[in-house]
Amino acid sequence: MKSLAELEEIRNRMRNQVNLRKEDESSATRIVVGMATCGIAAGARPVLNALVEEVGKRGLADVAVTQTGCIGMCRLEPIVEVMVPGQEKVTYVKMTAEKAQRVVAEHIVNGNVVTEYTIGAVEQ
Amino acid sequence: MEFARAHVLVCGGTGCTSSGSQKIIHEFENQLAANGLEKEVKVIKTGCFGLCALGPVVVVYPEGAFYSMVKVEDVEEIVTEHLLKGRIVKRLLYEETVEDNTIKSLNEVDFYKKQRRIALRNCGVINPENIEEYIAIDGYQALGKVLTSMTPEQVIDEIKESGLRGRGGAGFSTGMKWMFTARADGSNGKYVCCNADEGDPGAFMDRSILEGDPHAVIEAMAIAAYAVGADQGYIYIRAEYPIAVKRLQIAIDQAKEYGLLGEHIFGTDFSFNLEIRLGAGAFVCGEETALMTSIEGHRGEPRPRPPFPANKGLWQKPTLLNNVETYANITQIINNGAEWFQSIGTEKSKGTKVFALGGKIKNTGLVEIPMGTTLREIVEEIGGGIPNGKKFKAAQTGGPSGGCIPASLIDTKIDYDSLIEIGSMMGSGGLIVMDEDTCMVDIAKFFLEFTVDESCGKCTPCRVGTKRMLEILERITKGKGTVEDLDRLEVLAQSIKSAALCGLGQTAPNPVLSTLRYFRDEYMAHVVDKRCPAGVCKDLLSFRIDEGKCKGCGICAKNCPVGAISGQVKQPYHINPDVCVKCGVCMSKCPFKAIANK
Amino acid sequence: MSEKTGVAFQSTKEQEEQLKAVIEKYKKESGALIPVLHEAQDIYGYLPIEVQQKIAEGLGISMAEIYGVVTFYTQFSTNPKGQYKIGVCLGTACYVKGSGNILDKIKDKLGIDVDECTPDGKFSIDATRCIGACGLAPVMTVNEDVYGRLVPEDIDGILAKYM
Repeated sequence: MKSLAELEEIRNRMRNQVNLRKEDESSATRIVVGMATCGIAAGARPVLNALVEEVGKRGLADVAVTQTGCIGMCRLEPIVEVMVPGQEKVTYVKMTAEKAQRVVAEHIVNGNVVTEYTIGAVEQ
Repeated sequence: MEFARAHVLVCGGTGCTSSGSQKIIHEFENQLAANGLEKEVKVIKTGCFGLCALGPVVVVYPEGAFYSMVKVEDVEEIVTEHLLKGRIVKRLLYEETVEDNTIKSLNEVDFYKKQRRIALRNCGVINPENIEEYIAIDGYQALGKVLTSMTPEQVIDEIKESGLRGRGGAGFSTGMKWMFTARADGSNGKYVCCNADEGDPGAFMDRSILEGDPHAVIEAMAIAAYAVGADQGYIYIRAEYPIAVKRLQIAIDQAKEYGLLGEHIFGTDFSFNLEIRLGAGAFVCGEETALMTSIEGHRGEPRPRPPFPANKGLWQKPTLLNNVETYANITQIINNGAEWFQSIGTEKSKGTKVFALGGKIKNTGLVEIPMGTTLREIVEEIGGGIPNGKKFKAAQTGGPSGGCIPASLIDTKIDYDSLIEIGSMMGSGGLIVMDEDTCMVDIAKFFLEFTVDESCGKCTPCRVGTKRMLEILERITKGKGTVEDLDRLEVLAQSIKSAALCGLGQTAPNPVLSTLRYFRDEYMAHVVDKRCPAGVCKDLLSFRIDEGKCKGCGICAKNCPVGAISGQVKQPYHINPDVCVKCGVCMSKCPFKAIANK
Repeated sequence: MSEKTGVAFQSTKEQEEQLKAVIEKYKKESGALIPVLHEAQDIYGYLPIEVQQKIAEGLGISMAEIYGVVTFYTQFSTNPKGQYKIGVCLGTACYVKGSGNILDKIKDKLGIDVDECTPDGKFSIDATRCIGACGLAPVMTVNEDVYGRLVPEDIDGILAKYM
C-alpha cells in the first residue's frame, strides 16, 4: 500500500459487495423479481441475473436486487417490481434480460419510469 | 458473475462451528451448485453473530432473514425455497424476528435492540479472511489518516480525550498508558503487544473479535505503534483458540501482502511488523508482566511492578500492552473522533463493553452494551430472562477475580466504578447468570479451585493462602464447617489481597468475599444447619419422599442403583438414608415431583 | 517412560527429522522455546523427557529450564494422550450447567482419572478450560468432534461411537 488513493480504490470497488448486507434498508431501492414456479418457467432467471449484473456493473450502491414468490399474475410473468423510497411501486411485466438492462439504466439511474413495460401499458 | 445477488452468511465462530456450521457451509455449496446458483449466491463464513444459543446461525441477505439452529437437512429447503424461489422458510426463522408475518430487522429484536456494536461492529458482517471486505467498510482508513495527517502526540491526545479505559479488567486509562510508553526512552527499541490470552472461564469476547474482525486489531496495533514509537508487535493468544489463531495469521499475511504491515506503510517512514505468540494454557499469563515473561520463552511468572512495562517490559524495553477489545475500539475513535466516543456511556466509563452472557439464561451469547446499562436490562431484556421459570439469584462478573451481584442489586448500572463499589469488577467481561439452583458456596469454591490450580507459585500469599481458603470451603461444603471458619476466610482473604504479588493473587479472594457479603445466610445454612439450600452440595443433601405427593408408582425404586428405596405399590415409598448415595436419579425420574433433597 | 501409563517412548526417523527442522527454524529467534515445544508436541503428541533432551541440545537451553517450562503450562503434556482425546469443559458456564457430573460419568465409564490414558491407549481425559462454546454448555470434545447441551445419560452413546 503506497498511498491513500490505493486504499480508496479498493474500498470503492468492494463497497457494493458488502452493502448488500446493510440492515437499514429504508434508504435503499429494491428491485424484486417474482421467482415462483410460474416466474421461473416464464424466464425470470435470466431477468434476475441481468438485473444483478447491471446493478453491479454500474456500481450502484443502495440498490438491492431480491426475489419473491408468486406475485399473483402468472400470465404476465416474468414480473419485476421496483421500489424507490418515497415513490410509488412500479410493476414491470413480461420482462426479458434486455428489458431489465433498460429498466436499470433509465428507471434506477435516471429516474425515468419505462412506461411501455409497466403493467398499465401492457394490460391495455 | 462478479456480483452476487444474494449473500448467505454462515457464522463461523467457535460456538457455531461446534454446533456444525462448517458442514452447513459445505452443504450450501453443494445445494447451490446442484441448483445452478453457485455464481449468483455467495456463501460467506463470518465471525460470531452473538446469539450462540441459537447456533448454527445463517443470515441471508438482501432480505436479512435470520435462520437459527439450522441443521444440515434444512439447507436444501433454504436453497430451493428461499434462494431459488424467493420464499423465505418461515419455520426456520428466529421466532423473535417474525411479527405479524413480516420479518423484522435484526436491530429491532430484543436481543439486539439495546445493544450498541462498536467493538463487534464487523462481527457477523464481513468475511474475516478477506481483507478487501474489511477495507470496503472503511478498514485501514484510520491508519491512513493517522500516518498522513496526525502526529503521534495528536493520536495520544485523541485517545486520552475519548476517555477509553482498558477493557481487560482493571480499567486503566488507555491514553495515559500510551503516553507513558511514548515518553519512555526507546533508543533500543519499543514493543506493542496485544493481550489475547483470554483465560477467564466463560469469557469469549476477545476470541470472537479475533475470529470475526482480526484486521480491526491489527490496524489498531499499527496505530498504537505509530503513537508510541514502536516498530515490532506481538499478539499473545491462547492456543485453545485454534480458529482465532488461524484467522489472525491469515489477516497478518494479507495485511503484509497489501503493504499495510511491513516497511514504509502508505509511503511514509513508518514501519511495523507483527507476530503471533501462542500461549500454552496458563491463566496467570493474562497478567501483563507474566505475559511478557512467557513471550520471552520462560515460565509465565509475574514480576513485581514497578518498573512498569511502559518503561521496562518485553526484553527490558518499553512495551505497550492492551487487550483485544481495547484495540477494537481504537479505529472507531480515530474515525469518528473522541467527542463521539465520549457521548456514549457514563461520566467515568465511556463507550461500550462486550459481555459474554452465559449460565442460566435464555439467550447465551455475546452482547455489547453502552456503559451504564443496568444488569436488569441485560438479564431480562437482552438475555431474555431465566429459562424454566426459575428465579434470578445472582450474576457473576469478572470471573475468578470478580464477584457476584445479588438479585437485590439488579438495577446496578454496569460501569467500572459501580461494579467495584458493590464488590465485583468489570473484568474482561464474562457475565454468568445463576438461578435458585446454584449454590453460592459451591460457586465460590469453584473459582477458588481455579485460582489454586492456576496460581504460579511464585509468591506465598497466593500459593499457600488460596489453598488454605479452598480447604476451609471444602470443609464447609462437606458439612464440617464452623461459624469461626467464616471469619477465618475473611481474615485470610484480606491478607492475600494486600500481600500477593500480582493481579491474580490480589483478586483471587473476591469471589469468596462477595458471596460472604451477599449470601452469608447460605454460608450459615451450611455451617449451622448443615444444609445446602440450593441442593447442590452432595454431602449435605438428604433425599426424602413427600408422602402426600407420592402415588406409589415405584419408578424411583426401580431406578435406584443401590436399592435404597422400598415400599408397596400404591403406598408411599421410603428412602433408607443409610444406603442412599445421593445420586439424584430418583428425583429426576419421579413423575410427580414427590422427592426433595433439601 | 511415562509413570502413569507405562507406554515406552518411540520415535521414528521422520519425527526426528521434523523436530530437527523445527529447532533449526526457531534457533535464532528470541523467545524460541515455547513455539518449539508447541510444534514438538504436534509431532510426538506429547513431550517425554527424550524429546525435551533433544530440544535442550538443539537450542542450547538447560534441561532444568525446559522441564520447568513444560510443567508450568497445562497445554504441554509429559504423558501420552489417547487415540481419542476427551476434553470436558469446566469453564464457568459449563460448570453451572452441570459439566462436573458429565466428567464424573466419563471417569466412571472409562475407569481412569483426568490426565490419564486407558491401558489400551484408546482414550484419555482432560478437564479443559473454557473452550468458548458457552452457548452449548455443558460441552465435551472428542478429538475434533464437539458435543453440546449434554446430560450424563448421553455419555454412553457418545463413547460407544469410538469404542
